[in-house]
Amino acid sequence: MTHPREGGIRREIVTPEGVPLRFEVAPFGARVAAFLLDFLAQLLLGFAFSLCFWTAARIFSVNDATGGLTAAVLLGLRMVAWFAVWNFYFIAFELRWRGRTPGKRALGIRVIDRHGGELRGSAVCARNFVREIEFWLPLKVVFLSPFLYGDVPGWAVPLCALWALCLMLFPLFNRSRLRLGDLVGGTLVVVEPRPRLMPDLAAVSEGSGDLIRGSFAFTPEQLEIYGIFELQVLEDLLRKQRVEPEVLELVAEKIKRKIDWPRNQWRVPTRPFLEDFYRAQRARLEQKAVFGRRQEYKVR
Amino acid sequence: MREFRLKSVEFRRERKDTWRELERLLKVADSGGLRRLTPEELMRLPELYRATASALSVARAISLDRNLLDYLEALTQRAYVVVYAPKRSLVDLAREFLVEGFPRSLRAMRWELLVSALLMIAGAVIAYTQVRADPEHFYSYVDRDLAGGRGPESTREELLAVIYSDVPGSAALGEFSGFLFNHNANIGLMAAALGVLGGVPTAILELQNGLMLGAFVAIHAEKGIAVDIWGWLLIHGVTELLAIVVCGAAGFALARAIAFPGAMRRRDRLRIVGTDVGQVMVGAILMFLVAGLIEGVLRQTIQDRDLRFAFAAASGAFWLWYFVRVGRART
Repeated sequence: MTHPREGGIRREIVTPEGVPLRFEVAPFGARVAAFLLDFLAQLLLGFAFSLCFWTAARIFSVNDATGGLTAAVLLGLRMVAWFAVWNFYFIAFELRWRGRTPGKRALGIRVIDRHGGELRGSAVCARNFVREIEFWLPLKVVFLSPFLYGDVPGWAVPLCALWALCLMLFPLFNRSRLRLGDLVGGTLVVVEPRPRLMPDLAAVSEGSGDLIRGSFAFTPEQLEIYGIFELQVLEDLLRKQRVEPEVLELVAEKIKRKIDWPRNQWRVPTRPFLEDFYRAQRARLEQKAVFGRRQEYKVR
Repeated sequence: MREFRLKSVEFRRERKDTWRELERLLKVADSGGLRRLTPEELMRLPELYRATASALSVARAISLDRNLLDYLEALTQRAYVVVYAPKRSLVDLAREFLVEGFPRSLRAMRWELLVSALLMIAGAVIAYTQVRADPEHFYSYVDRDLAGGRGPESTREELLAVIYSDVPGSAALGEFSGFLFNHNANIGLMAAALGVLGGVPTAILELQNGLMLGAFVAIHAEKGIAVDIWGWLLIHGVTELLAIVVCGAAGFALARAIAFPGAMRRRDRLRIVGTDVGQVMVGAILMFLVAGLIEGVLRQTIQDRDLRFAFAAASGAFWLWYFVRVGRART
């Protein structure tokens, strides 16, 4: 199991209810991959529409006496279809799929409001229209300027290449991986959280209640040593599906030594010992936390 | 033997069913959209979300079970993105934009619009007088590719043939209007975006467009067919030239916000103006699209000069009404 707390950059937003949530920022690679997938889908859609209208236009211009007009209208429609696919693909999906496009869905990322509010339609529009200026416009100047802009001065091409490159890499220069469109729209792209509830280690079995019977007893002094951090490391270890017995043995040894476990009871079954210790330690630390004395780390 | 009573375990046992229910609803919502949920479930979703969010707050205070904390955090996040998802559809947004956003934003930059229009007119007048004086000046204003084979050396008949050509192969026609739409929309977007550089490139682009227009009309006027070329140009030109002027206005508004932010910080001023500029640019692109369609479809099908003028006048009246009247708050 991978812990969401490990790995990626986290960014805290506060929901309207006042609950802080720490979202994992979508990594740059996933963003790029999602964009490429979406771009491919855009091209496919565009060409599919194009082909339909073009074929229809061909049929009409051959058969019909007034075919000229019909064909012209159909080709006009083809233009509208391209326009719609090009400009509204991202917006339509992000509105309908709540911040996701097919590419983002495939990569498990989504758009949210950076300030913890509702993801507004205007924000979705803004972040996607800006792409035209931040990305496509400089690229067009670099690769298509002879066709589109006539005489662009020579110095403008490398300048635009630099512009395109800077803006493409812009997300790498801020911790929240924002591109210019995110900045303008006030949005953030995050990793889709995957909640997974595992059994409570402090309960003997699910549903057996809050009354827990341990086989080992620990004195209050023995439970004063470790803090929350160590407790959660132990939790991770106990939750691991496959763990070598030697590792458990080693950890148990270490704990016993630290808490002055009586020498005459040294040889006990490892896992039950650790589980009981976890329960007792957690009970103690939770109790302390409720009384305002959170102990984050071990004392010695 | 010892017995423990853990508050956090009790807490989890009591609330777990709520979380599981939320998890299930989210799974349904995710696979098929909110429409797959029954009305009761739809009502339940925000309730469960709020319960889970508060459970997360409680758990953070009383529980040290890391898996539980991570789970609740992820679940709350997951529910948050569904509960605070965009509420409006593309159609709603489009309607709002067309009847309010675009005309209002444009009215906010009426002075920039005036400057932009004057620049284009100035360009047209200059080029017109220059080319009338010496037709050879034509090529200093018009790109050969865009002239489509027409120039000062073309005869009256050649020029008229283009103006009143019947469909010259409809496939090519569609191609060409597509190309023109792209060309002009790109120039327009460029003019607006270059407002960032203080407005000088924007001014040059507006002027340049005027120059091309003036030079073009001049070579026709020389052969006594000025009225015909105006009909050919204005049928879509009313929309298209207006769109170019509008783009210029957006560029100047941007330049103004950067150069003269007034009492505000530059960043804040830009944010306010930026919204208007963005709306106007999107609107201008739509105008280019409309112009491209008129050019591609109507110009070739309406061959009568007077009808062309009638259409041009009608479209002019429409835009006037649209920009002046639409979206004004009723007082």
